[in-house]
Amino acid sequence: MSKTLAFEEPIVKLREKINELEEFTSTNEVDLSEEIGKLKTRLSNLETEIYSNMEPWDRVQVARHPERPTTKDYIAELFEDFMELHGDRSFGDDAAIIGGIGFFESMPVTVIGHQRGKDTKENVKRNFGMPHPEGYRKALRLMKQAEKFGRPIICFIDTKGAYPGKAAEERGQSEAIARNLIEMAGLKVPVVSIVIGEGGSGGALALGVANHIHMLEHSTYSVISPEGAASILWKDASLSKQAAEAMKITAPHLKEMGIIDEIIPEVLGGAHRDPKAQAVEMRKVLKTSLDSLSEMNANEIIDDRYNKFRAIGVFSE
Amino acid sequence: MIREFFTKKKQAITIPSADAKNDVPEGIMTKCPDCKQIILTKDLIKTAKVCPKCDHHFKMTAWERVECLFDENTFKSMDDHLKSENPLKFPSYTEKIASDSEKTGLNEAVLTGIGKIGGNEVAVAIMDSHFRMGSMGSVVGEKITRAIEAATDKGIPVIIFSASGGARMQEGVLSLMQMAKTSVALQRHADKGLLYISVMTYPTTGGVSASFASVGDINLAEPKALIGFAGRRVIEQTVREKLPDNFQTAEFLLEHGQLDAVIDRRNLTETLAKLVGLHVREAN
Repeated sequence: MSKTLAFEEPIVKLREKINELEEFTSTNEVDLSEEIGKLKTRLSNLETEIYSNMEPWDRVQVARHPERPTTKDYIAELFEDFMELHGDRSFGDDAAIIGGIGFFESMPVTVIGHQRGKDTKENVKRNFGMPHPEGYRKALRLMKQAEKFGRPIICFIDTKGAYPGKAAEERGQSEAIARNLIEMAGLKVPVVSIVIGEGGSGGALALGVANHIHMLEHSTYSVISPEGAASILWKDASLSKQAAEAMKITAPHLKEMGIIDEIIPEVLGGAHRDPKAQAVEMRKVLKTSLDSLSEMNANEIIDDRYNKFRAIGVFSE
Repeated sequence: MIREFFTKKKQAITIPSADAKNDVPEGIMTKCPDCKQIILTKDLIKTAKVCPKCDHHFKMTAWERVECLFDENTFKSMDDHLKSENPLKFPSYTEKIASDSEKTGLNEAVLTGIGKIGGNEVAVAIMDSHFRMGSMGSVVGEKITRAIEAATDKGIPVIIFSASGGARMQEGVLSLMQMAKTSVALQRHADKGLLYISVMTYPTTGGVSASFASVGDINLAEPKALIGFAGRRVIEQTVREKLPDNFQTAEFLLEHGQLDAVIDRRNLTETLAKLVGLHVREAN
């Protein structure tokens, strides 16, 4: 059984009650099937009610669920003949970003994504999905390679942010991110980015200067984590629930602000409940995106990206 | 009468706060926060606000930089009419913008325009850290983007003076996206083979450091300017070690290959004029 989140508790309690009753009827000679049937209907209603009325903070919890599918999980579902390619050719290979080539619907594509771990050991290896500069430089190398061979690029965004460490600063964390932004702006091939978990600040944006940006329903994309926002704005990290609301970081909010293109619906309760079914939903959106972009020539692709970001901002003249 | 005399005297006593020691009131004299030397303010202006004793670079307002930088009467500002909104409806955000606007005489944390340096026309964006810590929201992003676009249209160099704490929290993800917006504009400018010089001043951090500030054809910085992606405190908490004193200074970045040069402000105008001159192409 997967980890229970606070807002899911009523569902779990009811499910436990049903299980108890079922167990009771199997060992005793009483027929409670009618009651159990009623409770099961109530359970499904309750699930629909709770999962379709999730607050921003609930979504943050789902986005951070330890079993939430990662880039690797989606690569396995969506691409054929995938081969991972390593290294930035100047310093090292950052396991917090993975990338490679494969087929999507018989079309060669380059895939790049932040990579978290699902347990402590893997998280240590992957640095909790928080990249160093060499991660961004590897991503850029693979993007330029994709451009050379005319392959579309698909990016999965899933990071709390770029790693705030000493070595990262020494090797130019700022420059690595900044370079990706400006180079992605000029890529002659289509770029589609999908936020699959947390999209944390510049470290997320460095894989996000795309023609189309989509978000899984319960993923987040923000300039700062709710905890960080609460401590900067109100000097109190415990107000992160309120900050999650105020900062407008969920997929519906970003769609409303015109920053993202599509919200990819999640399976009831979150992607971790059925990664395969989730990948099916993603495949549809990805295919539509790539199909529409494949009609553009290189200049149109660059202009399309320019127009997309050029239009973002709220001000008055 | 006598009683009144005593109370009056009592009222006149003020106890200076701890801050006041470092804070000589603005006016005739200015105290250097580094070497504590008292300097005549009018002398300080002659030295481009650099302490004559210890070379400390005082913070400058955007308009003070304009004074130092351009050939006389050639600078014309642009987009002074853009106004920030409050897209996330943050309490008191609108009031804070209004009060900083009054304090600095700017509509937002960046002053943009076109002027001549050493006889050559350039577009500039000069950030001002006195306005909301120089943080970048929608208007800052828009003004910088328009300045870059103006440079692209006119086929002239663009120079950006960064002075910023990073993205502006109160505008949320819209602020983050300004990093991308300015980048797409810079890419177009670069694509035309035009020169972009980034001048990093105290402080250049967060989202500004991680976007346009770090990708100049030539990256310059003022001495001892604080430049970095993450905040020092955050890094210390993450890596659990004490960072060296010069960490994230201009000199540290130069040593680590992130800058082309650290330039004393008194030589900055001359340096920029020379660099721009080196990139002037013969008009056909």
